[in-house]
Amino acid sequence: MKYPEPKLAGVSIASAKATRRQFIKGVIASGAAMSGAGALIGCSSGGEGGAMAGGVERMIRLNVNGIQHTVDVLPNETLAMTLRYKLNLTGTKLGCDRGECGACTILVDDVASYSCSMLTHSLRDKTITTIEGLEASDGTLHPVQQAMIDELGPQCGFCTPGQVMSAVALLNVNPSPTRDEVRMALAGNLCRCGAYDNYLNSVMRAAQNA
Amino acid sequence: MSKDMMAAFELYQPDSVDGAIDLLREAGDGGWALAGGNDSLDWFKDRVKRPRTVVDLSGLDELRGVRELPDGGIEIGALTTLTEVERNGLVRERYGLLADAAGRVASPQIRNTGTLGGNLCQDTRCWYYRYGVDCYRAGGSSCYADSPQGQNREHCLWGADRCVAVSPSDTAPAMVALDARMVVRGAGGEREVPAEQFFIGPDVDIERMTILEPGEILTAVRIPADWAGARFYFEKVADRNTWDFALASVAAAMVVSGNTIERIRMAAGAVQCVPRRLAVVESVVTGQPKTEATAALAGQSAVRGATPLNFNHFKIPLLQNLVMRAIRDA
Repeated sequence: MKYPEPKLAGVSIASAKATRRQFIKGVIASGAAMSGAGALIGCSSGGEGGAMAGGVERMIRLNVNGIQHTVDVLPNETLAMTLRYKLNLTGTKLGCDRGECGACTILVDDVASYSCSMLTHSLRDKTITTIEGLEASDGTLHPVQQAMIDELGPQCGFCTPGQVMSAVALLNVNPSPTRDEVRMALAGNLCRCGAYDNYLNSVMRAAQNA
Repeated sequence: MSKDMMAAFELYQPDSVDGAIDLLREAGDGGWALAGGNDSLDWFKDRVKRPRTVVDLSGLDELRGVRELPDGGIEIGALTTLTEVERNGLVRERYGLLADAAGRVASPQIRNTGTLGGNLCQDTRCWYYRYGVDCYRAGGSSCYADSPQGQNREHCLWGADRCVAVSPSDTAPAMVALDARMVVRGAGGEREVPAEQFFIGPDVDIERMTILEPGEILTAVRIPADWAGARFYFEKVADRNTWDFALASVAAAMVVSGNTIERIRMAAGAVQCVPRRLAVVESVVTGQPKTEATAALAGQSAVRGATPLNFNHFKIPLLQNLVMRAIRDA
């Protein structure tokens, strides 16, 4: 018996002969992005591009990393989904999607927040910073990022963007923290490799170098 | 099982409290008031709660911030984040108990977005209920936690009535200890409810944790001057120091003159469906010297009448010790 080819967002996966990553990036970059992404994350959308009956307008302006994006956002869409699947900012990771791991940590008006646990529509007037927004325009890494490399902070690296964002939020308000203060600031970020001490070393070095 | 995408809902972002109340009244049972979203979005992602209309309160700036009241107390807007409550100068100076409690909630990121109102109004953490089974609290006809093999390590010592879930809030016991007033607004206007009456157990209504009716919003809490600058004690015990909900917590406010406890208010969290006012302890220690002996007596009297389930006997000595420490160390 021959099974039909799996289909996703109207594109045949088998015939695309691309890696998953290329495929997803291709969908995001293509003109099908806005309507396709709704299907990609398994959700029916309301009127195409219009407002839900009486509810919020779906096309919104979002300030991410200093750039004003115009993006079509579902009422039930979290910021993590918008960042990853609409804006292609995949440095923000989704671990638990329940506010229990910290991999999705980003800054909202310079305050560390879980992007999985906020609706994008609540953030229209806010300034959002993701891991991609930390490095300087010439590619110089943020002191925390550089210290992570110098101190071999990450092990597998999946939780690292979230750890970096929490550390940056701390150093913005407290440039010379104690090790305990760093520990408290990173308490909302899980590391399954258990590289916590390495992360603490990194942030302490960043505080000295900054 | 991946249920991470929330079911569709209509989202409204009113710019006034009255507008929000109108929307919630219109939506009736299908409506949901959203503040910080930390509790709400979990429910939606698990598809256990599926509101048709979500009213996002986050644009209501009038519900943010800490204000001084004419009588010397303070009023805290319900949308003030837990981080703001923890760090606010007025709160720290006069009501350190509340600052301590707010600082022990969940994780830094959750405190940054989680609101005081949301922490007070959040639903219980009984995992059978959270999982979406048809228990009493969900409108069904059984309790899965209070069954021969039910896992009820986190559940109640008092007030079981079909449901054995407990109040998960860290700030709620502090509110009861400080004798705070909850400001509730609905279509009929505003009313003030003492914190002790704001929270309700399964004997009153098994499907709600607070007196809030559909179409009503907790807009602020008012803390009277009575306990400003008193001696405070807050301690929370959980399996993990971050994220975790309390296995037991204790919040106490007392005025001591010389070495005599002149007056005291005390409440415990996570041992009953409501923050449990420890009135017996209050009457036992009032007028007594603040000594080890009084503290030991207080601990013993705190757990009188506790009715443990199969797996939560440990909460009895735990609470006893917390109360003992509160009297001894406040």
